[in-house]
Amino acid sequence: MLTSNPSGMPFIGGRFARVDGPLKVTGRAEYSSDYNFPGLLYAVPVCATISTGKITHMDTSHAIKMPGVHEIFTRANIGPLQRVPKHNHGQMILDEHRPPLADDVIRYWGQYVAVVVADTFEQATAAARRVHVEYDAHTPDVRMAMTTGGKTDIDSHRGDTQTGFSTAPVKIDQTYSTPIETHNPIELHASVATWDGHNFTLYETTQSIMNHRRVMAAMLGVPVERMRIVMKFLGSGFGGKLWPWPHALLAAAAARNLERPIKLVVSRKMMFEDVGHRPNTQQRMRLGADHDGRLLSLQQDYLCSTAPNENNKEPCGEATPFLYSTPNLRVTGGLVRRDIAPSTAMRGPGAVPGLFAVESAMDELAVALDMDPVQLRQRNEPKIDESRNVPFSSRHMSECLSEGAKKFGWDKRNPKIGSMREGDTILGWGMASCAWMAARLPADVSVELHADNTARVLSATQDIGTGTYTVLAQLVAEYTGIPLDRITVDIGDSKLPPGPLSGGSMVTASVIPATKQAAEAALHQVMQAATQPGAAFAGTAMDELRVENGRVRRKGDAGNGRSLGSILADAHLDRVSGKGSSKSSSKDADADKLSFHSYGTHFVEVRWQPRIARLRVHRLVTMIDGGRIINERTARNQIEGAIVMGVGMALFEQTEYDARSGAPINSNLADYLVATHADQPALDVTFLDYPDYALNPLGARGVGEIGLAGVAPAIANAVYHATGVRVRQLPIRIEDLLQSRVSV
Amino acid sequence: MQAFQFMRANSIQHAIGAAAHASTAQQGASVRYVAGGTTLLDLMKLDVEYPQLVIDINRLPLGEVEHTATGLKIGALVRNADLAQHPVVKRDYPVLSEALLSGASGQLRNMATTSGNLLQRTRCMYFRDTAMACNKRQPGSGCAAIAGVNRMLAVLGTSEHCIATNPSDMNVALMALDASVVIHGLRGERQVPIGEFFVLPGGDPQRENVLEPGDLITHVLLPAPPAGTRSHYLKLRDRASYEFALASAAVAVQVVDGHIQHVRVALGGVGTRPWRSPEAEQALKGRAPNETAFTAAAEAALRDARPQSQNAFKIELARRCLRHALATATA
Repeated sequence: MLTSNPSGMPFIGGRFARVDGPLKVTGRAEYSSDYNFPGLLYAVPVCATISTGKITHMDTSHAIKMPGVHEIFTRANIGPLQRVPKHNHGQMILDEHRPPLADDVIRYWGQYVAVVVADTFEQATAAARRVHVEYDAHTPDVRMAMTTGGKTDIDSHRGDTQTGFSTAPVKIDQTYSTPIETHNPIELHASVATWDGHNFTLYETTQSIMNHRRVMAAMLGVPVERMRIVMKFLGSGFGGKLWPWPHALLAAAAARNLERPIKLVVSRKMMFEDVGHRPNTQQRMRLGADHDGRLLSLQQDYLCSTAPNENNKEPCGEATPFLYSTPNLRVTGGLVRRDIAPSTAMRGPGAVPGLFAVESAMDELAVALDMDPVQLRQRNEPKIDESRNVPFSSRHMSECLSEGAKKFGWDKRNPKIGSMREGDTILGWGMASCAWMAARLPADVSVELHADNTARVLSATQDIGTGTYTVLAQLVAEYTGIPLDRITVDIGDSKLPPGPLSGGSMVTASVIPATKQAAEAALHQVMQAATQPGAAFAGTAMDELRVENGRVRRKGDAGNGRSLGSILADAHLDRVSGKGSSKSSSKDADADKLSFHSYGTHFVEVRWQPRIARLRVHRLVTMIDGGRIINERTARNQIEGAIVMGVGMALFEQTEYDARSGAPINSNLADYLVATHADQPALDVTFLDYPDYALNPLGARGVGEIGLAGVAPAIANAVYHATGVRVRQLPIRIEDLLQSRVSV
Repeated sequence: MQAFQFMRANSIQHAIGAAAHASTAQQGASVRYVAGGTTLLDLMKLDVEYPQLVIDINRLPLGEVEHTATGLKIGALVRNADLAQHPVVKRDYPVLSEALLSGASGQLRNMATTSGNLLQRTRCMYFRDTAMACNKRQPGSGCAAIAGVNRMLAVLGTSEHCIATNPSDMNVALMALDASVVIHGLRGERQVPIGEFFVLPGGDPQRENVLEPGDLITHVLLPAPPAGTRSHYLKLRDRASYEFALASAAVAVQVVDGHIQHVRVALGGVGTRPWRSPEAEQALKGRAPNETAFTAAAEAALRDARPQSQNAFKIELARRCLRHALATATA
């Protein structure tokens, strides 16, 4: 378990406040839409009011004459926007490949058909409403129910599931579904685009400045050297801001065409229409077990919706193949086309909806076996990753199960439905396990040491609100001994050494090797300066020296030594700079020999008041096996925030599409419900803190997503325990629970 | 939002005079009064409302709560947050305080006013989206909600033209308190009982109340409650805060010698207007306050409910809500 400083490393593992916290709470942090430049104009898109069909006529003649309007861009005058190939070796990722305004075809409700540029936001908005568009509309297909139509892919396969299932004495065969969920970070997507006639500088809401740079350069037809992306602070993204969206191209094209800075902030309504969502899924689960609960077969056949022209898959089998031991397993996935905008990644893509099905089905199996659900999972704990026949790098799921149960008080659970009561309130106890990938992306990092005893770390990665600024400062502090308040973190700018994108919970693990290497390279230069003739340690071999607390000493010397800065000052060096570069973990020598993942369990208590049909999530105990925790405070914040998001996923979140128009109709924060403060249960999060040294020198993995995985099934399982109602279609709603026969 | 003229009223007569030339005081009015702005500005940004003239009434002397011999006189501009915390409201009209505090958020309650809340507009998603058919917003265009996403919409008082829910919590409490609305207009002052203030949608859903051009709500009057009356507001919704009611109940009950003597029952979240239920009151009057009577009242209150494709559950939810509110108020 995590103690204040388990590693003996002063800057690793403790509770460190965010180094950027003061900037945020005093309003000085500049978010992308905060940038203003002389001559800046505002762009507001015109959105289609059909879901499928064609534009037959567009009249901008009235709108263009309205006060303050500079230009209205349509297909006719937006200028060149290139299409990037769908297959480009992951170099240019985006989820909507069609450049905006490329043709007259409408493929989803809210698609941009024009963009108005005016002196003020209000003028542009008023004029956008006056652009008159006529359509030839077809009937959209936005049905949520899906049937297998096209081909399905086999994501994972071992043994013979057909025989394994059909001969199993205990079977579960159920279908689970999750709705379309829309990312709702408080910060809206925004672009502030500038063009100096030669170079673009784009201030973007992006989780990946380097990918954004490559995509925008290609689509705007300029070399990447003439494209700079800046993103200093993000008001969260949850995956919705991983890849570029059409509004960014509209802003950049308008800046190019008018040679003026352009600001485009999408509305909350457009957040539901134009910048992605998690697609709905439908998953048939077939589990077969013997009477002792040993899994004989596990099948997951999932479908997810995708836009007419894209093949964005929600890989629901992400965590399935290695979660449990079973000789027979098959995961298949298929796409079903709907007239809905392109989907994208949302926190824990694939695993999060996938685990709702897997872990709900496991609970149903436990009920069918009359076995405790914790015991069922312990019984099926695998010794190796059976999908690849390789050992786990570091897996402590069994401890997550046993310690979580102990902390929660699970042994007091009466499995009988509706049996646990407090007055008029029925308590429901449920649990679920979770897992998420662990990997490193390539990373370049520079570390500078300055003569004033400060340091600076540079990398073109970004902090999406998770704590990357703080973690990078901690790493430099750890490797140089320079305290946190003397370290500047310079990220969020594509002119810096290329760093990793912020997705997949990979940034922390990715930057550790490169930062270590860069810090050591910089320290090496200090040592060279320290040992050169006339310097403080002249005549001493470099390997006779050591660095501690930002000072250089001879080994075994009790003296105070010399500060790094004073050595540089003596050598008339303003600064030294070290470079670090690390590869993707897929290129590691043992990449094929180990299975890297994080694990966890959630134990939930819900409270059900049948008299008033009120369900609330009361408390959660969560165990996370996420490698070494670098910053206990920011990590806990990630897990707790994810759990609250999980409460929303379980009980509230669902984007609803109007069947006739195809519009996402609850496109605002009053009608699309997310968890409020009052919905937050008491949270008790524990990090096991076992380092995973096969992934990086500090043994860190990542904790951005795993906290969401498993929450919804744990809640659904608790709801079943309280009410006897098994909800297989999220979100769990009052109308489902009114079916409960449990009374008080 | 479309461009508009803005003026500040310096007297009630000034406001009325400036507003009186409009052709309607209902949906699409060319003149609108603005107080807290929590509904109007929203709808103007959505182009659902597009007044040419907006009259700011915040400087009018209508911000006081007066405790009179006959009850309470609440100024039109009293903020929801202040009204909810007013000591006499908390003591004599707890149903009103509870209703106000169950609505919106702290920030909104600091802005929203008593008269503004009386005129709070429906949250029907089709009303709020100008791309959709809506008879309330655009008479004759049809009702997209009836065959659409209608989980939140009304089951009582609907018509084939409109099923929009009145979303207010405060108004439901006012129904249970026999409030009346003081209106100043071109022809002077009049008092309208709250039960007559709101009109059913029928074939004319753009009309929501009795207000005519120039009419300015100046006060809400609450009579003193019958001695020993206990009142309660219960709101049921998906999440714990900041959501409109799926079903709510406001009850005021006076029990004398073990029998219900005076009773008022109103429901929220289920009606096209704040829904007073004389049927439920009839079922309770003279009866002992017990589960049998509450069940009979709940059945009576929802007897005429007509569900849509997604909101049949509201009927059972409203029944449970009313039973529990009555049980709480008489416990």
